[in-house]
Amino acid sequence: MAQPMGFFTDTTVCIGCKACEVACKEWNQLPARNGGIGTLSGDSYDNTRHLDGIHWRHVKFIEQFSPDRRDGRWLMMSDVCKHCVRAGCMEVCPTGAIIRTEFDTVVIQSDACNGCRDCIAACPFGVIDINPVSGTAQKCTLCYDRMKVGLEPACAKACPTQSINFGPIADLKKLAQARLGQLEQGGERRAHLYGADETMLGGLNSFYLLVDKPEVYGLPPDPRLPSRNLKSSALWSTLGAVALAILGVFSFRERGARDV
Amino acid sequence: MSSTFFTASPHWRWLITAYFFLGGLAGGSYFVATMMHLLAKNPDRRMVRLGYLVAFPLVCLCGLVLTVDLGRSERFWHMLVQSETFRPMIKTYSPMSSGAWVLLLFSGCALLSFLAALAEQGRPDWPILRRLDPTARAGRLLTVIGALLGLYLAGYTGVLLSVTNRPIWADTSFLGLTFLVSGASTSAALLLLLGSWVGVSPRSVHSLERFDRSVLILEVLALAALIASLGRVATVWLNGWGLLLAAMVLGGIALPLVLAWRRPVPERQGWIGPVLVLLGGLLFRVVIVFSVDRL
Repeated sequence: MAQPMGFFTDTTVCIGCKACEVACKEWNQLPARNGGIGTLSGDSYDNTRHLDGIHWRHVKFIEQFSPDRRDGRWLMMSDVCKHCVRAGCMEVCPTGAIIRTEFDTVVIQSDACNGCRDCIAACPFGVIDINPVSGTAQKCTLCYDRMKVGLEPACAKACPTQSINFGPIADLKKLAQARLGQLEQGGERRAHLYGADETMLGGLNSFYLLVDKPEVYGLPPDPRLPSRNLKSSALWSTLGAVALAILGVFSFRERGARDV
Repeated sequence: MSSTFFTASPHWRWLITAYFFLGGLAGGSYFVATMMHLLAKNPDRRMVRLGYLVAFPLVCLCGLVLTVDLGRSERFWHMLVQSETFRPMIKTYSPMSSGAWVLLLFSGCALLSFLAALAEQGRPDWPILRRLDPTARAGRLLTVIGALLGLYLAGYTGVLLSVTNRPIWADTSFLGLTFLVSGASTSAALLLLLGSWVGVSPRSVHSLERFDRSVLILEVLALAALIASLGRVATVWLNGWGLLLAAMVLGGIALPLVLAWRRPVPERQGWIGPVLVLLGGLLFRVVIVFSVDRL
């Protein structure tokens, strides 16, 4: 098996150019939304708004301004599938369409997916959605086809500031720690890594360097697997079934032998 | 804020809501019919047959709406068979996977019991179907297995919602229980309603009313547990959805209970309680599915 590969996204150097979004769309031949007719968000320069079945990369613009707009900052973050080591989407997929590749990435096989959409509800990051052209659930493949022939993913290739770093996970973690140390030395106390260690879903193969709370970037502070509720839900349902059977006995049971 | 608020909607809407409702009715009707047959001293065969006669058409509708709702309906069989290897596709830890198998197996039981119920009335008069009559050993085994699968079908849909990462759904472990109990109460109401039209014995009506009343009380407890388990997340229902939920509790549970305890119930008003219970069960599923859609 090849070594685990992934992304380390350093949000502090992202300039919001959206070259990654365009490169992703172009390489993966993703269709335009609404037939190509532009729809403006109306409250941001970001008109993509969120990841979905036809946007596998999305550069988030977080606009933090004081009410009088004298003080403020822009946070940019190129968001993508996290390729979780313990992936919720893969856990629930009833068709086996979602697989783990030899690069430890998570890929939806479009020819096996039947569009049930369970994976959309299971993903803790809101990454997956239906591609209206294929009718199946789709998301970033970490350019599996490019990796197979030794190329880096299209988004990382296009990134002009090296905000998106691609490589073996072990190397990326070293790079991330070095960058974190550099920022801390420079006085940035809010910098931290999101998803770099194994406590978050076994580790995210696409992890981030953030300079604010995860919620500010639209990331869940405590993402968890959907199966966490399976045992307790099944237990309560079983107890409910037993209670129904007991109520049935009290309601329908009649004493004495049956008439023949 | 719960981490469930950072997720995306699976766009499960009317077809899935209909499936949740019809699945509860199909599984619940089969279960109630089997309980009546096994436990009543001299079961009203009309009422028992009615349960089996409604369960099969309902479960057929379930399969239909589920298939239509898929993004690629022609690939519905991928739920059961691996499309590449043609081996059985089953994941016991995925409620949707196990639910697909239970739906298939329950459909088989419901079909056989449906045919046996028809054969009991002599149409068709096939000797082999008489072996599936609940009074025969094979028939008894079939109905017990079918009743267990029916309970699973009525309840797993709630478990399926909890085994996601969506707000409300994944913030409680009581959805499966509530769906199951609601499936039983709506099924009893459906059989009461249909029974009054086809003319069943007053004794079977009374026992079914007794069952429905006790299940409605259990439903209140399950709902209370559900809302309590949500904690602060339940505040997302402080809007029109919350009002609808309250309307469901008052109109679909409390009012039918009051009507059931009012004696004697005027014959011409006997349908009101069951209809309210059915509407309440549907409304409950509408609130659960749709109130989460835009969160």
